[in-house]
Amino acid sequence: MRILVVEDDREAASYLTRGLKESGHIVDHAPDGQDGLHLAMGGNYDVAVVDRMMPRMDGLTMVRRMRDEGNRTPVLFLSALGEVDDKVKGLRAGGDDYLAKPFAFTELLARIDALVRRNGQETVTTKLQVGDLELDLLSRTATRNGAKIDLQPREFLLLEYLMKHAGQVVTRTMLLENVWEYHFDPQTNVIDVHMSRLRAKLDKNFGEPLLHTIRGAGYSLRAVS
Amino acid sequence: MRGTAYVPFLELFRTATFRLAFTYVCLFAASVILLLGFIYWRTAGFMLRQSDETIRAEVVGLAEQYKRRGIEGLRQIVLERSLRTTTSLYLLAAADGTPIAGNVGAWPADVARAMQNVINFTYKRQAEDAKETRPGRAVLIVLPNNYQLLVGRDMKQVNEAEGTIRNTLLYALGLTALFGVIGGAYISRNVMRRLELINRTSQEIMSGDLTRRIPVRGNRDELDHLAGNLNAMLDQIERLMMGMREVADNIAHDLRTPLNRLRNKLEGVLIGGTASREETIGALEGAIGEADGLIATFNSLLLIAEAETGAHRDTLETVDLRDVARDITDLYEPVAEERGVKLKISAPASVIVRGNRSLLARAAANLVENALKFTPEGGEVSVTAASPRDEAPYFSVCDTGPGIPEEDRERVLDRFVRLERSRNTPGSGLGLSLVAAVARMHDAKIKLDDNRPGLAAKLIFPRLIETSAVAAPAITQPQRHALPGPVAIQ
Repeated sequence: MRILVVEDDREAASYLTRGLKESGHIVDHAPDGQDGLHLAMGGNYDVAVVDRMMPRMDGLTMVRRMRDEGNRTPVLFLSALGEVDDKVKGLRAGGDDYLAKPFAFTELLARIDALVRRNGQETVTTKLQVGDLELDLLSRTATRNGAKIDLQPREFLLLEYLMKHAGQVVTRTMLLENVWEYHFDPQTNVIDVHMSRLRAKLDKNFGEPLLHTIRGAGYSLRAVS
Repeated sequence: MRGTAYVPFLELFRTATFRLAFTYVCLFAASVILLLGFIYWRTAGFMLRQSDETIRAEVVGLAEQYKRRGIEGLRQIVLERSLRTTTSLYLLAAADGTPIAGNVGAWPADVARAMQNVINFTYKRQAEDAKETRPGRAVLIVLPNNYQLLVGRDMKQVNEAEGTIRNTLLYALGLTALFGVIGGAYISRNVMRRLELINRTSQEIMSGDLTRRIPVRGNRDELDHLAGNLNAMLDQIERLMMGMREVADNIAHDLRTPLNRLRNKLEGVLIGGTASREETIGALEGAIGEADGLIATFNSLLLIAEAETGAHRDTLETVDLRDVARDITDLYEPVAEERGVKLKISAPASVIVRGNRSLLARAAANLVENALKFTPEGGEVSVTAASPRDEAPYFSVCDTGPGIPEEDRERVLDRFVRLERSRNTPGSGLGLSLVAAVARMHDAKIKLDDNRPGLAAKLIFPRLIETSAVAAPAITQPQRHALPGPVAIQ
């Protein structure tokens, strides 16, 4: 994946570029919004990771310019301003996701992954499938190997999100934000409890487990075969 | 105290009180001068005018005599009168100025001017043994046949009286001005001394001694009033400062402990060179966990600070507390089940308030987490959102845990306050403070009550006007709650 990192703090930038390169990506770095805009318009990137506060041109302006000029590269905002309002501002300026500093690197990777895949499959689907697990979005039913799985409404939403991001790592924060629309981290392990409940319904009576816990990161729904 | 309030004299001129007193004295002096001037005019001036009147009357009389009896008759009368009186002055002379009769020996120096005006002059008169120079006032008339007649009055007594009056008035003026200045200086110094006291007290407070207060005299004047108000303000500031200091101390303490743990873990990795890779990774994960905990604490503190300063006030929208209750029970229901606690919801109808959805959800989550944390297995936590008829809308979370003793209910809303019983449970001591801050931001009251047994935490919101309550839900809740209502929970 070709990733553009726009970050003025040298320490943070080198941490980001190194980490992303180690994860197998090609990374370009710009130290401010003006250079960032220049690179974004010139290069063909899969995703841009943009800091909010920068000299010469801030992240919001940069992304707004990008969008104005028809560039649709997915943008993930990074910011030390973690407030909900700032997030709204970021998304309104044309950002696709927003991550508050400080963050776990696994969280960043998972979100970049989700952004890029989402950008790829904009087609409307009514059926999702992972291995022998099928989800019908119209009749709102889930079946595995032909057998119906009883799901609570929220469990259905949870599974839908996981299946849409099948094969990717999905963090607890992503689930909270996208399934429950909560933008904070609860002190208790609520998500884990929900996931173990879902896992019991999905994997208990079937041979191959589909829902995997990724240590230190989150979860991933995938069929091994 | 640095001795008495000493004010240098020059410094005195610069003070507002002195300027005020000075202006007052000037006005006072001006009115006194006017008054005394009037008195002088009515007394000394009157005597002078009376002399002139007399002179004029005599001139008319003598001119009449001359007309009737000729120069000889006039001479007779002047001689007679000159002998009889010493207060009137006469000098009758021929056309060439040779004296014919009278009691004035020589012509005044500027006699020419006496033709038009009454003039002042001096003349010599034979007293007991020596010639005496006396002041006089006279007018000169020229009679037919060019006889000249000087008629006047001796002015010694009048002048003396006038001098006495003038001196008396000047003394009076001087004394008045003196007393005015002394009084003004005294008053202004008096006021200034008290202002100086206030100044000095505030300087001492600025240099760090917050316990200092301005002395109050107790005579309930304006300055006392000012001092009282300033003291009340200082009390309030001191209280706030104490609160801030306490918060800062608590923050320092509560952040130092996890920072220390973090440091220890990292140091453990560094010196434990022989440890296995697995152990190293475990220790590093522990360190990251500590760091995450610290970040969470910081975020909570920031959020509390933001809610307290009302930074989100302009982002308020209509929020249905029923949805808040449903979402939160939906999220925590599996957790409750896992712990063997029954999580119930009672939210039969929409409860519309103005608020920040995200912050309200956060507060609700904190309350539910708290309740779940303290409720023993087999207990019950109930979440309620209701808007009883004619009452304020509220959101409440009640549990059957140990509750909070009445004397601690105020305290637990403060930052980092953790009661003895929760020493061994995880938590930052910020949960309820955040709820309290969110409540304050929404102008809601937070009430902690005894649930017999357990804790009943209630957020009571201000009532909304009917119209907005009816119009709101459809607009602000787009298909978000396609989920069925109360979740049946075991």
